[in-house]
Amino acid sequence: MTTLDSGVDSLADVTSSEDRLRRFLLGLPGVDQVGAEARAATLSTRSIKTTAKAYALDLAISMIDLTTLEGQDTPGKVRALCAKAKRPDPADPTAPQVAAVCVYPDLVATAKHELKGSGINVASVATAFPSGRSSLAIKIQDTKDAVASGADEVDMVIDRGAFLSGRYGLVFDEITAIREAAGDAHLKVILETGELVTYDNVRRASWLAMLAGADFIKTSTGKVSPAATLPVTMVMLEAVRDYQEATGLHIGVKPAGGIRTSKDAIKYLVTVNETAGPDWLDPELFRFGASSLLNDLLMQRTKLATGHYPGPDYFTLD
Amino acid sequence: MRKTYKLYIGGAFPRSESGRSYVVNDAKGKFLANASQASRKDARDAVVAARKAFGGWHARTAYNRGQVLYRIAEVMEGRHQQFSLEVSQSEGLSIAKARAVVDASIDRWVWYAGWADKLAQVVGSSNPVAGPYFDFSLPEATGVVAVLAPQDSSLLGLTSVIAPAIVSGNTVVAVSSYERPLPAVTLGEVMATSDVPGGVVNLLTGSASEIGPWLASHQDVNAIDLCGISSEDEARDLEIASADNLKRVRRPAEEDWTEDQGLSRLLNYLELKTVWHPIGV
Repeated sequence: MTTLDSGVDSLADVTSSEDRLRRFLLGLPGVDQVGAEARAATLSTRSIKTTAKAYALDLAISMIDLTTLEGQDTPGKVRALCAKAKRPDPADPTAPQVAAVCVYPDLVATAKHELKGSGINVASVATAFPSGRSSLAIKIQDTKDAVASGADEVDMVIDRGAFLSGRYGLVFDEITAIREAAGDAHLKVILETGELVTYDNVRRASWLAMLAGADFIKTSTGKVSPAATLPVTMVMLEAVRDYQEATGLHIGVKPAGGIRTSKDAIKYLVTVNETAGPDWLDPELFRFGASSLLNDLLMQRTKLATGHYPGPDYFTLD
Repeated sequence: MRKTYKLYIGGAFPRSESGRSYVVNDAKGKFLANASQASRKDARDAVVAARKAFGGWHARTAYNRGQVLYRIAEVMEGRHQQFSLEVSQSEGLSIAKARAVVDASIDRWVWYAGWADKLAQVVGSSNPVAGPYFDFSLPEATGVVAVLAPQDSSLLGLTSVIAPAIVSGNTVVAVSSYERPLPAVTLGEVMATSDVPGGVVNLLTGSASEIGPWLASHQDVNAIDLCGISSEDEARDLEIASADNLKRVRRPAEEDWTEDQGLSRLLNYLELKTVWHPIGV
């Protein structure tokens, strides 16, 4: 436990005023950038084969938030995506379902209807996704709309402008307000690490989001490059691990954007296991925000099952 | 300088994913070089690269593809000496004979290059039909072609199996001759410097018997040339594996690479698309 010394008595104190919050966040130990990247690179050299690979592929499929967040989305596209979520590989009923389908708020009702009874959650982005540049009132209304349409999970974005200019109190209050507006829905807080620039900021933003009541911390919107990277995800996993040690609460992590191959997904799973621990190898606590990743996982799965390489023609376009 | 020759996949020169290499001897059994020994995963990567390159290559005009093939011939001219030496060492020919082989290989590229914009007229047709339609059939590329190149003829043979596939817009994954891989490696360097988009031609050095089954059973390969397989049993097994996704298979046969090739190889990698176009209203 390295992150929480420096005279902090309890985490409740930390959030009692903006000054204390700032002092706490700025007092978090810095991330050794070179060390973190080297560690992530080492973890990605692990070789996962045969039965372990089969397990990892199925686990990764069950952790996917199958996502479509395009201006050109239609109810038809969302219905197709939901069909795929329920039965990812039409040729193989043993392929597990994905964890959730992630759409824009206006398409939540369509997705909810399609997924009724399947056990698959509907996640909705909210709070003026992806930039978050809107008034708090509109962000709250956006969230309420999504939840009213049936969203089980809400993916909100933080105000990166406020965060980067040091107005942590503002970011904190906003997350708390959305937390309230989201009601029972799971709240995922998108840090947009591509805009936070440093690992120190990622660590601070992770703690800030967890203190404000996030159920999940998520790397990116997928609209900014770089999106999820392995070292960033590792820093966030360290934060949830330390938070769990301090409070006993398990917070989930969701890397999103840029994870396209099975190989990448397995690297992430190794990192989860080695950083946060096996508790987090569970769709309740770790998700992949992805769309094209699913086809690659299915192709690898088919390769393991049949012994020969399948082609993309045999899987749906999404 | 001693070095280990690399593979050519997707326009880059990677080592084998497996890290393996093998010793290449000349025709007299003297050490010549080390070559990468491609594995099934290299073949898989090559198929992915070939599939990715297919769209762009196939969409080019036939005229443009022809120009690129001429360019390959030109760049080969520039490396004439290197090719001659490698062919002479690999196949045990005198330098004079090796030079003739290189000349013939360059001529073969030129010959196939000429076919690029003539193919549709010769193979395609306008079909009379009983109705108010124009009806025509046009040849189109089939997709990714796996080639197990001839074992003996390391340059002329290789050229004669790659050129007919790519001229019509297919992309190729070729496994070179196992004992004579050097001309194939140099051909990769020619490809990299002659306006051929990365991934259109991928060259693997290694064993056709090892890699062949993976290419034959690969569901994203559309055709396979079994030319480099000498055992009948092996060829039969590969043909069976190929049947799963209805690959176009070219069986191994006695071939004389010095002779006029005719169109049979070229036609083997084409699909005919027939279009019905209403006349008038």
